[in-house]
Amino acid sequence: MSQTLLDKVWAAHAVRTLPNGATQLLIGTHLIHEVTSPQAFGMLRDLNLSVLYPSRTFATVDHIVPTDERAEPFSDELADAMIKALRSNCAENGITFFDLPTGKQGIVHIVGPEQGITQPGTTIACGDSHTSTHGAFGAIAFGIGTSQVRDVLATQTMALHKPKVRRINVNGKLSPGVYAKDVILHIIRKLGVNGGLGYAYEYGGSTFDAFTQEERMTVCNMSIEGGARVGYVNPDETTFEYLKGRPYSPKGADWDTAVARWKATASDPDAKYDDIVTFDAAEIAPTVTWGINPGQAIFIHEKVPFPNEVPEKDRATAEEALAHMLLKSGNPIKGTKVDVAFLGSCTNGRLSDLQEVARYLRGRKVNKGVKAIVVPGSQGVASVAESMGLAAIFREAGFEWRGAGCSMCLGMNPDKLVGEQLCASSSNRNFKGRQGSPTGRTVLMSPLMVAAAAISGEISDAREVFDIK
Amino acid sequence: MALEKITQVGGRGVYVPGDDLDTDRVIPARFMKCITFDGLGEFAFYDARAFAKAEGQTHPLDDSRFTGASILFSGSNFGCGSSREHAPQALYRFGIRAIIAESFAEIFFGNSITLGMPCVVMTGEDIRSVTKLIESDPAALLTLDLTEKKLSIADMDFPITIAPHAHEALVSGKWDAIADLLEGIDAVRTRVATLPYMAA
Repeated sequence: MSQTLLDKVWAAHAVRTLPNGATQLLIGTHLIHEVTSPQAFGMLRDLNLSVLYPSRTFATVDHIVPTDERAEPFSDELADAMIKALRSNCAENGITFFDLPTGKQGIVHIVGPEQGITQPGTTIACGDSHTSTHGAFGAIAFGIGTSQVRDVLATQTMALHKPKVRRINVNGKLSPGVYAKDVILHIIRKLGVNGGLGYAYEYGGSTFDAFTQEERMTVCNMSIEGGARVGYVNPDETTFEYLKGRPYSPKGADWDTAVARWKATASDPDAKYDDIVTFDAAEIAPTVTWGINPGQAIFIHEKVPFPNEVPEKDRATAEEALAHMLLKSGNPIKGTKVDVAFLGSCTNGRLSDLQEVARYLRGRKVNKGVKAIVVPGSQGVASVAESMGLAAIFREAGFEWRGAGCSMCLGMNPDKLVGEQLCASSSNRNFKGRQGSPTGRTVLMSPLMVAAAAISGEISDAREVFDIK
Repeated sequence: MALEKITQVGGRGVYVPGDDLDTDRVIPARFMKCITFDGLGEFAFYDARAFAKAEGQTHPLDDSRFTGASILFSGSNFGCGSSREHAPQALYRFGIRAIIAESFAEIFFGNSITLGMPCVVMTGEDIRSVTKLIESDPAALLTLDLTEKKLSIADMDFPITIAPHAHEALVSGKWDAIADLLEGIDAVRTRVATLPYMAA
C-alpha cells in the first residue's frame, strides 16, 4: 500500500485532470463566513451560476462580530452590511447558517468540529487560511481565496496541485506547563515560516498520539504559519471518541461503517514521505514570539536575539522586528511589560483551553495595568464554560468574559489594540498591525502563559507564576 | 469565457523590499470590511505607507518616481499568512500586473494567478540587480516575457521561473479555472456518488 492519508483522500476526491495538469478536486465540505464569501456570491450572480450542492456548505459569522454589544444593527455599518449579506446569501441559496440567534455561532474552525461536520477522510475548504485546523481529524483542509470560494460554490471542486508530504514526528512527554501551542511554535521556529511551502504536514509520534483532539487542532491550525497550507493528524480512537454523538456525526449503524472507513484512511505504516523531521517533546519549553512572524520565537528563559545571531537572510526581518516590537537584543523576554491579555481565537479558544487556565486562576487577580479578555471560540464553548462555572472564575479573576468570535486575533471588530500596546495573545499571528493597531505589538504564547502575563503584568513563565512542577 | 492569453507584461518596476511580507501587511484586515473588492487599491500596503509618511520617508508605492509602475518586486515568501484574496485584488486595483519575488506563499500565489496576475520567481541576486537599475532609472521599461521565461530591462535579460501549471494557465488564457471546472460537472456528480459522507 505505502500510501499516506493525503494520497488516499486525494485519490478518493480527484474528479479529473484539467488541461493545465491541475487536479479538479472534489471538496466534500465547504465552510464560509462573512468576510471572504460576499464577493464570491457576487461573482456567481455575475456569471449566472447557482450553488451546486447547497447542503455541503455551512456558514457562520465570526470575524466582524462584536464580542460585547451584540445587538443588531451593529454600530459599525460595514460590519452590519456583511452579516446581512451573508444572511441573505445563505437564505437565497439554501445554505445552513449558524447565525447569532442559533446558539451555534462561533469561529468557523471551532464550529465545524463542534458540530461534527469536520470528519476524517474528507476534503474541506474555507476562505480562511486557518482551515488547516480541520486536518486534526484526518481531513485534508485547504484555506482558499474568494475566487475559489466561488469555484467551490458553483462546482463543489477546485483546481489544485497535490502537495508533497512532510512527516513531523514529535515523540515523548511534554513537561508540565508545556502545551500544544508550544509544540507548533517550536516546529515553526525550527522549520521556518516558509519551510512548509509545497508541503502538507503530517503530524505524528507519541506526543500526538497522546494529544487530545483539541490539542491536535491547535497544532494543525498553525500549519499555515509554517508555510504549509495543509496539516493533518491520522484519525484514531481519540478522533472517533470526539466525534461520537455530535449533531452531524453519523448515527446508528452508519457510525460503525464510518469508523471503519475512517480507520482505513490513515497513512499506511510503510507510507512513503517526501521528508521526515523528528522532534523530542522533552526539549520543548514554553515558547513566546519576540518578532513579527510566528517563526521569530524563543523559549521563555531565552533572551531576545541579536540580528547577527539569526541566519543572514533573516537579519533584515529581525531588525525590522526589533524596531517594531521595541525590544532590545540581549534582554530577557521575560519581564517585558504587557498591556493586554487575549485568550481566544481558532488556535486556542476551545473549552479545554479555558478549562486549563481556569484550573490555575482561582484566587488570582489580573494585574491592574492589564486589560484581560476571554473570548470563547463559539457559543457552544461559551455555554458549556458558563455552566461549568468557568466564566465565573475568569470574571472573579478580573477577565472580561465576552461573546464568541475572532475578536482580537485580527482587527476587524471592535476588539483592537491601541497605539503601541503589547498583547500577550493566544492567537496565531504576530504580524505588524494584525491586532488592529498599526503599531500594536503581539506576543504569541499558550493560553496559560497569557494568564500568567495577565496576572503578573509582564511576560512570565507560567510554571513560576502558578507553581507548576 | 475566453480569457486573455497572458504572455507578456510590460511596464515600469517598483521595489518593496522585505521577506515574509504577509497579506495583513498588503492589506490590513480593517479594510476588508466590504462586500465587494471595488476600491481596495488605495489600501494596498496602507499601514506601511502611512508609517513611512509619519517618519518623514516615502514608501516606494508613494514615491512619484515609481507612480504608474506595474511590476512589483519583493523578497522571499511574499504574501504569507491570511488567505485573503483582498491582497492580490488590492495590488491589482492599485495597478500592479505582475509580481516578481524570491518565493511566494502558496495561497497568495494561487489567488494571484486566478486574477491573471503572474507571480514569477527570480533569484535574490537578480532581483537586487534589477531593482538597482530601476532605482537609477525609474522610467526604464521592463518586459516580463512568460513565453521566453525572462525579464528584460535595458539590454539585459534575467531568467525567471514559474510553476509549470501556472505558466500554462496564463499563456493559454486559462488562468481562471471556473470554465474548466464547470465542464467537469458530470464527472463531479459521478465522484460525489462514490462518497458516502456526501450522500445525505
